[in-house]
Amino acid sequence: MKLAYYPGCSLKGTSFEYEVSLLKILEAMNIEIKEIPDWNCCGASAAHSINHNLAIALPARNLAIAEKDGCESVLAPCAACSNRLKNADYELKNDDILKKKITDSLEMPYDSKMSINNMLEFLIGTVGKDKIKSMVKKPLSGLKVASYYGCLLVRPPKVMQFDDPENPVTMDELVALTGAEPVDYSFKTECCGAINSLSKPDVVMALTGNVLYDIKKHGADLVVVACPLCHSNLDVRQREIERKYDEKLGLPVLFITELLGLSFGIDPKDLAIDGHMVAADKVLKKIDQNI
Amino acid sequence: MSRIGVFVCWCGSNIAGTVDVEKVREEAAKIPGVVSALDYKYMCSDPGQNSLRNIIKEKNLTGVVLAACSPHMHENTFRKAAAKEGLNPYFVEIANIREQVSWVHEDKERATAKAVDLMKMMVEKVKRDKPIEDVRVPLNKKALVIGGGIAGIQAALDIANGGVEVILVEKEPSIGGRMIQLDETFPTLDCSSCIMTPKMVEANQHPNIKLYTYSEVEDISGYIGNFKVKIKKKARSVVEKDCTGCGECWNACPMHKNVKSEFNVQLSERTAIYVPFPQAVPLVPVLDRSVCLHFKKGGKCQKCYDACGPKCINFDLQDEIIEETVGAIVASTGYDLMDTSMYGEYGYGKYKDVISGLQFERLLSASGPTEGVIKRPSDGKTPQTIVFVQCVGSRDPEKGVPYCSKVCCMYTAKHAKLFAHKVHGSQSYVFYIDIRSTSKGYEEFVRGTMEQDGAIYLRGRVSKIYEDQGKLIVKGADTLSGNQVEIAADMVVLATGVIPKKGSDKLAQMLGISYDKYGFFTESHPKLRPAESSTAGIFLAGMAQGPRDIPESVVSGSAAASKILGLFSKNEYEVEGTIANVNEATCVACFYCQRVCAYNAISKKEIKDRSGKLIKVVANVNPGLCTGCGACVNACFSKSIDVKGFMDDQIYAEIKALAI
Repeated sequence: MKLAYYPGCSLKGTSFEYEVSLLKILEAMNIEIKEIPDWNCCGASAAHSINHNLAIALPARNLAIAEKDGCESVLAPCAACSNRLKNADYELKNDDILKKKITDSLEMPYDSKMSINNMLEFLIGTVGKDKIKSMVKKPLSGLKVASYYGCLLVRPPKVMQFDDPENPVTMDELVALTGAEPVDYSFKTECCGAINSLSKPDVVMALTGNVLYDIKKHGADLVVVACPLCHSNLDVRQREIERKYDEKLGLPVLFITELLGLSFGIDPKDLAIDGHMVAADKVLKKIDQNI
Repeated sequence: MSRIGVFVCWCGSNIAGTVDVEKVREEAAKIPGVVSALDYKYMCSDPGQNSLRNIIKEKNLTGVVLAACSPHMHENTFRKAAAKEGLNPYFVEIANIREQVSWVHEDKERATAKAVDLMKMMVEKVKRDKPIEDVRVPLNKKALVIGGGIAGIQAALDIANGGVEVILVEKEPSIGGRMIQLDETFPTLDCSSCIMTPKMVEANQHPNIKLYTYSEVEDISGYIGNFKVKIKKKARSVVEKDCTGCGECWNACPMHKNVKSEFNVQLSERTAIYVPFPQAVPLVPVLDRSVCLHFKKGGKCQKCYDACGPKCINFDLQDEIIEETVGAIVASTGYDLMDTSMYGEYGYGKYKDVISGLQFERLLSASGPTEGVIKRPSDGKTPQTIVFVQCVGSRDPEKGVPYCSKVCCMYTAKHAKLFAHKVHGSQSYVFYIDIRSTSKGYEEFVRGTMEQDGAIYLRGRVSKIYEDQGKLIVKGADTLSGNQVEIAADMVVLATGVIPKKGSDKLAQMLGISYDKYGFFTESHPKLRPAESSTAGIFLAGMAQGPRDIPESVVSGSAAASKILGLFSKNEYEVEGTIANVNEATCVACFYCQRVCAYNAISKKEIKDRSGKLIKVVANVNPGLCTGCGACVNACFSKSIDVKGFMDDQIYAEIKALAI
C-alpha cells in the first residue's frame, strides 16, 4: 500500500522539527512515504471562515492528487491539516451535489476512498504498537510525560472518529511504549488559544498557562504534542507565561515523533530537539543517566 | 344490477372551498348503476346520516359511496348507519376527497377533477363488493404482565381486582422495580418504600395473581385471546415454599465483600446468596451461581446450606420452563440509565465522587449503603457542596439522545432539597437547560428548592469536571449572566438520561410489537390509543413506552388493566373481516407469504382426505393476527391470496375507472 504524505506548511517552516523527526523515525523503521506532488495549502483556520466551498476544495485537491497517485492512505502529521482533510472528505462523502461542484472545479475525480490519518492514528494503526515497541532501544524509564492533545485531533468527534473526544489516550499509549510514564492530568483537550496567539496573545497566555501549570502540578518532566500550533503556543509562549504569572515552568515541549526517536536511540540533534525554545537539556540528561 | 348511492360531503368549507361538490354530484349521477346522487353540508351529522339511511331504504341501494373525509374518520359511522338499514357494512366505500384532495390542492378545477376520479373509482369498487362477516376470536380470560415495577404491579392489581387471573413475571429476584430503589418521591416527599411495599405485598398475596420472580419470558406465540407463553423460571437454588427469609444463609456466605450490589447501584457489596434489599418480595434469597464458591470451586463450600434451618437450599435446582395460555399481555419492562462514558469530561467512573442520580437516591435511602447519611463514596465524609448536573445524555443529539428524560428536573430538585434538609449549612448548585415542572404541585416544589432550601440554579451546561486538591472543580457556563463559572464541589451528581431496559427490543420482537429508534415501545396511536401496542391484545405501561414519572406510570398501568378488563368483558373478540383469504385450490405451498408477513399470521395447514392421508399443504391465515395489510397478496406467485374487500377485480375496476 502506497502511503501519501501531506506535510502542510508548518512542517516545512515553523515546525520543521516535526518533519525532521518524523522522517528520521520512519527511516529507522524502514517505512516509506511519498510526499503528495504539487500539494497546496489545506485551508487551515482561514479558508473555512471565509468561503465554505474553498475550504473543501483546497484539501480535496490534495486528496484527489494522492488518489490519482495510487495511494489509499494519507498521513497528515499536522492536526489542523488532518482535521481539514477529514472534514473535506466527510462532506464530500455525504453531499453528492457538493462533490460534483468541487470535483468539477478541480477538474479531477475523487473517489472518497482515502483513509486519512493524523500522526497518532498513523503510529498506532498503520505502524502498530508491536513495531514501535520492537524499535525501542533506549527505554525512557523514569521520565514522566504529559500528552497534550488540544482540540483539532478529536473534534468534531462525528467527523474525526478518533479516540475518546473528551479523554483521549492514544498518545499516552505511545508514551508508554517508550518506557516513559504517562502523566494523567485534567486539561488534555483544553483549548490552547490556537491562532489567537497573534491577535490576542493575552487570551492565549491565560489558556496555555492553565494547561502548562496543570501539567506541572501533576509532576510531568515534559510535554508531548502532535500539533504544530499547540507546540508553538506551549513552547514559544512559555517564557512569557512564566513572567506573567511569576512561576517557573521549565517544561520542554516535544513532538511525539521526537520522543519516539529518543527511545529508538536516535541522536537528539538528528531529531532537531535543539530547535525548540524551551531547552530539553535536563530531560536529555535524565535519559542518558538511565543507560 | 347495482343500485348505488353517491353522497358528496361539503365538510363545511373544508371540502366545498376547494372542490366543486355539485359538479362531483352531477358527474356521479351520470355513472351507470348510480341511482341516487346527493351533496350535503355535513354528511356525518345526524341529518346527514338520516338522509343516507332514508335513501338506502327508498331506493333499495346495493352499495354506498361517500365522497368525504378519510375513512380513518367516519368509515365506521357510515358503516353503522348503513347496517341499520340492513346493508352489509362493507358495502360502504369512502372516496377521500378531503385529506387527499381539498386539503392538499389549491386549483379548484383540477381538484374537482381529481375528486370526480376518486369518486368514480369507488363506485366501480362498490359494484364489486361482496358481503364480509367480521371474525370472532375466543378469549382466554387470563392476563400476563411482563415487568414488576410500579406500572406492572398496578396493572396486575387492577386486573386481579377485576376478577381476572394474572401472571406477573419479573426478571429480578424481587418485584418493586426502580421505584423501590428511590428514597422519597416528588413532589410530596412521601417515602417511596412506604407507599410501594404495600403494593408489592398485595401483589404477592392476591389470590388472582401468580407471581414469578427471577423469571423471564422465553417465548410468545399466538394472538389476541390465545397467546402461548413460555416462562423461564431461573434456578434460584432455594426452595421457595420452605424458605422463611431468616437470613442465616446470607450471613454465613463467605463471599461478603466481593460482589457489587445491583440494587445499591455499585455503592455497596452483597453476598453470593442474597436478597437485593430487606423488604424484597418474595423474601426468598437467590443464589448467584456466577460468583458462588460452591459452583466455582467444585462443590466444596456449602456454608449457606449448613446454616439453613429448614434446609431449603438445593444446589441441584435447575431452570424450569412454565407454559401458560393468556388472552392479553401488558409489557411494562421499565428503563435503565444511560451509560455516561461518552461524557469523558465529567469523569464518571474516574472520580469516585461523581455519581449518578440513582446512586444519590441510594445514599439518601435509609435502606441504602450509608443508612441514609449522605457520605462521599471516596472517603466517607459528608459533602458540604454538591453540584447537580441535569440533562446528562438527555437533550443532547450529538452525544446522547435528543429526547427529554422528563423526570430529572424534578428528582434533581428533590435531591437538592433533601441534601439541604439532611446537611444543614450545605450548598447545592444545579446546572440546567430548562426546568420542566408541569404536573400538579411540581413548579411549587422546584420553587421551594430554590427559595426555601437555597439551591443555586445556574442555566447552562457543564463543560468539564476535574479533581484538584480533593475538590471536584466544575467548570460551566451561566448563560443568564453570561459568565463562565467554576465551582469547587465535594460531590457531583449527574442526572443521567433514561433509556429503555436492556433487552426490551428483543422482547418487542418476540411480542411482535413496534418500538421506536431508541427502543421504547410504540403506542398504537400516540394520543387516542396510548395504552395499546400495534398488536391486538398487547398493552403497554410504564417507562417502557418512554420517560414518565410515578403518577403517570401508575395511570398507564391502570389504563392497560382497564383495557384488558374491557376486552375480557366479552367472551369473544371481534376482528374486522377485511383480512387475507387463501384460495386453497390454487395455493402451491411456496410460503413466500409466510416470509413477508410481519404479523406471523400465516401458518402451514395440512389438508387430509377421509382416511387421514395427506393431500396437500396450504397457507393458512390466522384471523386473530392478520391485519389485512396485503403484503402476502403481493408476494403470492400463484395469485392464491386476496384481501377481502380488496379483491383483484375490484382494484382493476378502480384503475379502469380512472382511465375512462
